[in-house]
Amino acid sequence: MIPRTLVESTAHDLMTRASIDIPADYLSGIKAMASEEEGDLSSFVLRAMLENYEAASEDRRPMCADTGVPRYYVKSGNEAQLDGGFIALEQALRSATAEATHDVPLRPNRVHPLWRTDHNNNVGINAPEIEYSFEPDADWVDITTVHKGGLFGTDYRMLFPGDGIDGIKRFFLDGMIAFGKRGLACQPAIVGIGLGGSKDTTMVLGKQAACLRTVGDRNPDPRIATLELELQDLGNSIGMGAMGFVGKSMVVDCHIEVGYTHTGGMPMSLHAFCLSSRRATARIHADGRVERRTDPHWFTPYMRRETVEWTPTEARSKKSA
Amino acid sequence: MDANRGTLKEVRLTTPVTQDQLKTLEIGNVVYLDGVIYTARESIYKKIITDGAAPPEDFATLGNVNFHCSPAATVEADGRLNVGAVTATASFRFSKWMKDWFRISGAKVIIGKGGMSEADYRSLFVPVGAIYLTTVGYGTGALLGRGIKKVRAAHWLDELGIAQAMWVLEVERFGPLLVESDLAGNSLFEANNREVNAGLAKLYEGLKPPSLSRYGETDDRAQELI
Repeated sequence: MIPRTLVESTAHDLMTRASIDIPADYLSGIKAMASEEEGDLSSFVLRAMLENYEAASEDRRPMCADTGVPRYYVKSGNEAQLDGGFIALEQALRSATAEATHDVPLRPNRVHPLWRTDHNNNVGINAPEIEYSFEPDADWVDITTVHKGGLFGTDYRMLFPGDGIDGIKRFFLDGMIAFGKRGLACQPAIVGIGLGGSKDTTMVLGKQAACLRTVGDRNPDPRIATLELELQDLGNSIGMGAMGFVGKSMVVDCHIEVGYTHTGGMPMSLHAFCLSSRRATARIHADGRVERRTDPHWFTPYMRRETVEWTPTEARSKKSA
Repeated sequence: MDANRGTLKEVRLTTPVTQDQLKTLEIGNVVYLDGVIYTARESIYKKIITDGAAPPEDFATLGNVNFHCSPAATVEADGRLNVGAVTATASFRFSKWMKDWFRISGAKVIIGKGGMSEADYRSLFVPVGAIYLTTVGYGTGALLGRGIKKVRAAHWLDELGIAQAMWVLEVERFGPLLVESDLAGNSLFEANNREVNAGLAKLYEGLKPPSLSRYGETDDRAQELI
């Protein structure tokens, strides 16, 4: 039985680490881009960001003062048992959000959309969001927090099957150019693309692709994996770098997630996860052990299942593939 | 631009800044600040400009550097102000306040995110001898946080909240910042945009036109999607 207090202390720790420590995969990606960048201004910006990550970790202060809109992704093993159930877990996550907002400190970004009421703790109606997924044959709970900025770098468009890959590239370019200028997208970014599903699913998949996959990770479908790399190259050939200055550092990595969609359409979403890609994960085991990591392992073979039945055999063959 | 690769000119300015100091700045220079700066954004502008409230302290002591910022800060139970990181907020939204703000405050430097348009610089900044410094990244919140040596005051904190209050900050080697507009009203961003724009058309060469013809928003309500 996983106690509520352990969920809360783990979530508090996640909130702190996400806001202060840049994930290792993203850091390597930025270092690689900094060494390749030829634009003097873009290169200067990347070097300043690398210095900033170090300052944040050394001083234990947030790397960016716009600490985004904190939210959670919970993956529960099918056999996991939570003391007080999911209601207690949600209480713990809300409480940890409020406490960490004061303790780190995080910026109290969350306000009512109309009345601008601010509880000064990043908690309110539908905030923080908590999204769930499940995993067969497991008794642990994975908690991931993501603090993504809220204003720029995201867009949605209804494409059609006839638009094909060209349509995807066109929308990708439109979005990267529009949000890249003056660095509104806070690039170079991990760009997530949602393709298909219902319109809301399109948005959710793209956001998760940006925030819950690591630099270097490829979609298991080899043709989608190729498209991810192609779009990354396309983004980096715009002629724009960090802050929209002349250069080639736009896309640290591109991740695509798909969902079966209406036969007449191909909805697409685009999401840029910023230069402070704040994500942190912990696995709480049934015996109370807590393991920290920065790779959420969100898109498991079970998550991407394609058929009616799901069998452990299928899981094994997908894992070994 | 290529000739200066990796060797951007670095300048250290003391506040309040003088016209002689600003004259030497060129777009793309790296600036670090020492002295006093204050935050002011829409709520402060509205309060002082529209509502006619008296500034919480004399501009002689606030200095002439206005930062478009909301800090990640906490007010402790004993009233102590703890600023962790500071990052700018996008400035383009505030251009409508600038003319009156320059007149009332005497500000000569605006620090923010993303700058404003070259047209705004020429019509609002140039006549009063003001420039714009952009934060870098975005955002170098931890580096900027390190540059804050003391929070001297947080005016109207109860009324306006942490994000909108006027924070008065004593800073040392506060930066890096980039000169986005100079005294002639040139914009670093727009200079770079022009260079980037020149190469955009060829990116789309060979891509077939989309099924839905309308890209983005339009003001023409008569226009069809198909």
